[in-house]
Amino acid sequence: MSETLSAIPDYLHDGTTLRSWLFTTDHKRIGILFALAITVFFFIGGTAISIVRLDLLTPAGDLVSDDTYNRLFTIHGIIMVWFFLIPSIPATLGNFLLPLMIGAEDLAFPRLNLLSWYLYMGGATFTVLTLILGGVDTGWTFYTPYSTMFANGAVLTAAAGVLISGFSSVLTGVNFIATTHALRAPGMTWFRLPLFVWSMYATSLVMVLATPVLAMTLVLVMAERWLGLPIFDPSRGGDPILFQHLFWFYSHPAVYIMILPAMGVVSELIACFARRRLFGYSFMVYALVAIAVIGFFVWGHHMFVSGQSAYANIVFSFLSFMVAVPSAIKVFNWTATLYRGSISFEAPMLYAFGFLGLFTVGGLTGLFLATVPIDIHVTDTYFVVAHFHYIMVGGSVCAYLGGLHFWWPKITGKLYPEAWARFAAILMFFGFNLTFFPQFVMGYLGMPRRYHVYPPEFQIYHVLSTSGAVVLGTAYFLPLAYLLGSLWWGRNAGINPWKAKGLEWQAPSPPPHKNFPVPPHVPDEPYDYHPKEGPLAEAAGDVS
Amino acid sequence: MSDSAYLRPPWKNLERQHQAVTLGIWAFLGSEVLLFAGLFAGYSVYRGLHPAGFLAAGRETSIVFGTVNTAILMTSSLTMAMAGRTAKARLFHAARILLFATFALGLLFLVLKGFEYREDIHKHLIPGPGFPISVEGAALFFSFYWVMTGIHATHVTGGLVAVLRLIVTSRNDTAWLAGSGSQEATALYWHLVDMIWIILYPLLYLAGRTHG
Amino acid sequence: MAAMMDFKLSLPEASQNAQQVDIAFFSVLAISGVILLTLLVLLLIFIVRYRKGSRAKRGPLPEWLKREFELGWTSATIFLAIFIFWWFVGGSIFPPRAFPGQLEIHVVAKQWMWKTEHPDGAREIDALHLPVNTPVRLVMTSEDVIHSFFVPAFRLKQDVLPMITTELEFTPTELGTFHLFCAEYCGAQHSRMTGQITVMTQSQYARWLRLQPHGDSLVREGETLYAKFGCGACHAPTSRIQAPKLGGIAGQAVALQTGARVVADDAYLRRSITDPRADIVAGFTPIMPSYGAVATSSEVEALVAYVKALPKEEQQP
Repeated sequence: MSETLSAIPDYLHDGTTLRSWLFTTDHKRIGILFALAITVFFFIGGTAISIVRLDLLTPAGDLVSDDTYNRLFTIHGIIMVWFFLIPSIPATLGNFLLPLMIGAEDLAFPRLNLLSWYLYMGGATFTVLTLILGGVDTGWTFYTPYSTMFANGAVLTAAAGVLISGFSSVLTGVNFIATTHALRAPGMTWFRLPLFVWSMYATSLVMVLATPVLAMTLVLVMAERWLGLPIFDPSRGGDPILFQHLFWFYSHPAVYIMILPAMGVVSELIACFARRRLFGYSFMVYALVAIAVIGFFVWGHHMFVSGQSAYANIVFSFLSFMVAVPSAIKVFNWTATLYRGSISFEAPMLYAFGFLGLFTVGGLTGLFLATVPIDIHVTDTYFVVAHFHYIMVGGSVCAYLGGLHFWWPKITGKLYPEAWARFAAILMFFGFNLTFFPQFVMGYLGMPRRYHVYPPEFQIYHVLSTSGAVVLGTAYFLPLAYLLGSLWWGRNAGINPWKAKGLEWQAPSPPPHKNFPVPPHVPDEPYDYHPKEGPLAEAAGDVS
Repeated sequence: MSDSAYLRPPWKNLERQHQAVTLGIWAFLGSEVLLFAGLFAGYSVYRGLHPAGFLAAGRETSIVFGTVNTAILMTSSLTMAMAGRTAKARLFHAARILLFATFALGLLFLVLKGFEYREDIHKHLIPGPGFPISVEGAALFFSFYWVMTGIHATHVTGGLVAVLRLIVTSRNDTAWLAGSGSQEATALYWHLVDMIWIILYPLLYLAGRTHG
Repeated sequence: MAAMMDFKLSLPEASQNAQQVDIAFFSVLAISGVILLTLLVLLLIFIVRYRKGSRAKRGPLPEWLKREFELGWTSATIFLAIFIFWWFVGGSIFPPRAFPGQLEIHVVAKQWMWKTEHPDGAREIDALHLPVNTPVRLVMTSEDVIHSFFVPAFRLKQDVLPMITTELEFTPTELGTFHLFCAEYCGAQHSRMTGQITVMTQSQYARWLRLQPHGDSLVREGETLYAKFGCGACHAPTSRIQAPKLGGIAGQAVALQTGARVVADDAYLRRSITDPRADIVAGFTPIMPSYGAVATSSEVEALVAYVKALPKEEQQP
């Protein structure tokens, strides 16, 4: 067992009935519940796209029918966006860590937290129902009038699933905001908070304010499709472009819901494994908030060819360039943190390095897309597909896995096998680049997205991409196997195997129900891996 | 008042708990505002594109039902606010009566809404075959009418459930109304629902009625 | 798999703006490359030099790496962002204007084909023949869902919307055949909604055009529809119903009931057919029914073309 104060059970063993899990209000258990659910969905979404990539090996589309292909890429998008990425870091790591990092016993509203999970599961049920009913083929973007007036398929259940899971996001956001304001331990002032907490806070602002617009948009789509009320139907005076504005008003901030938490994780990882205070802490905070705020005003860059005015294009282009700046600052600061550090290469740090490179590529390709004349050429091609996968997979998933490995000892009390973890991280990095880099090239050359059949001159790129996908897919099974295996065969982790800073490392591994048997000590500075002045203590990771 | 009977984990201090509940409900109200803001944005866009249709359609909503319902809802906000004041002053009996009044007024709102919907259906004001107004854009107005009032009514229903919960839970322990933050949270939510209606009312009932 | 070796590494620059787009693309690529390379080199240097156990000098940060440095690189980044925006996007503020002599092609997209029509009535399906070095204006609409007209070789793309017209202007500058793709997901056969743009010399184009079976030109089509829908019942000069006379109306100023004056451009004419109550002409009552539901988008285009071609009537005494 872990070095706790004798008889207090840890949260995993504090009640072992199914009921104690399904009715828990313990934020740590709810984090686990989310983690289990999103892992299942990750592999469902991954299976869908594996079939797609296999079909794309040949230009003639001879594996599945056109219709099946369309349903496969649609469900991949819906599942990965709403049932994996959006909840991933916030609802698993965020739920688990936020109270621990601020020295609290739980979130502000524990029962609301449980409701969040049930709402997610409710939405998930509708999504599974959509699958059973044969799926939907509108693309995850549900563009009208196709989705409302022309699509065959379970549009209503798909929309309902997303709608219900959206409320899960909103309630999580409300919970995190109240928690951060009101439950910080004495001494834990705002500018002593770990950047992960700041990233949860910024993400929560976006979740609370952006998600309702999606909810309302989906309600309108459902009203048109189910009740026949004219809303976006152009033959009755409606405007399909209105749908696009409403949809992207949410869906652009949504991508920041997906990346801000990842940025928070990366800050924690780099500081710990470089044994260094994070460079430019306050700029990092301002950058998080700036991304969250500016991110609300750039949605039109998804619509440069939609027929909107040239003036709208100019404004959205300019703001999109501006939103790139705080992200760039963060990359500079993470890099600068390494300077004069003492860097070690455990798996979480490998994931952090992967993030730095891949997120930078993804972010830089965003500049291409913000440039209107370039975007006119590459939008709706594989260039965009590559861009967002570099950010969402190369960025967010990398960070999620890095965080999962970093906090695994705290969450489970076990150590994962380091050699396997490093191998998996490196394999993922290569598989990922082989999968997605060729897509930039073929996107520039004109290969449109969402295409089942394609001209033969693109085949080589698809073959490279699919080969990469095989490697990447295999790599994802490795952590599934060794992380689960570590639960039975892993060595016991101590209270702080990484000798990391942060209040969560003062709680036992795994923590008991109320987190801290003794109130944690709040240091004067976050990331005090080394004294501010004077020589750095060397090697063995020791800090005074 | 550290009335520790009303403390819920993880809170150690009742005032802190109340503050957090208030902050939480304000954050939630922010999301509700954005929810309706999207609808208002859609309505505004279409009003700009089809002014004639919207004016023609706006004359067909039931101004009597709409105005009476507005008065009812605003009064219910008054009783809700008074319930809060009296609870704070520990006049719990009065507070409960005012909560009953709020519930009754809210319920009356929904009942009248039901009658109004019946009248609208009778006048075939549902877009589709049989829709009586041929001006382009009128059908769009009514799409928004049904969706906006429907979603608002859903929120009123949710509010009624919350108010009912206040009434029922405080049955045996009236001091709970002051000890828990629920009363204040419910009140804030109820006021928002009222404010949304105050915006809906001119959009749906006064459009097209300002000149002959 | 031998076919796999027939792959593309480059794209022809086949329109007048294509080169500018490529310059923008490769410039941003170069800038990005420099930034990425700098980052990777720095990362590599730091990883090696400051790996745990190495002998590099550590300790507090040097003086110059303080707050000013951070502000410095923040400003530099903002400046670079504004520069790239201004240099490559600024020119887009003024979209190209239509000018006389432009070849106007009407395009109708429907699930899952492209129908193109030349001004003299020649029609093509999933194909478009064009003369080189001639400014072209595509006037496009969709009969059902949103599609998108995408020609990679031209570096151009424009969504095609139902019941609305969108336009794309360009000048082809290279001979050859080029892919046309639909770039907005539109249903089951979206990936099969492709076609071919063939750019020929001007004389070849003229010869090709003569050889095409000519359907009715757009104007003739419009004339047929005008009679079919009975527009003349109100709008003919001899009609007793009070309706605005249409001869010579295109391009003229029109006084509206609201007091505003608008120009009778294509959009106005289109709107007058699909939503007659939107702009009521001064002195007339709004009795015209809407034809938006009975006329397809392409029929509306034909009617507009016909009205534009109507000569001005002699003044009635």
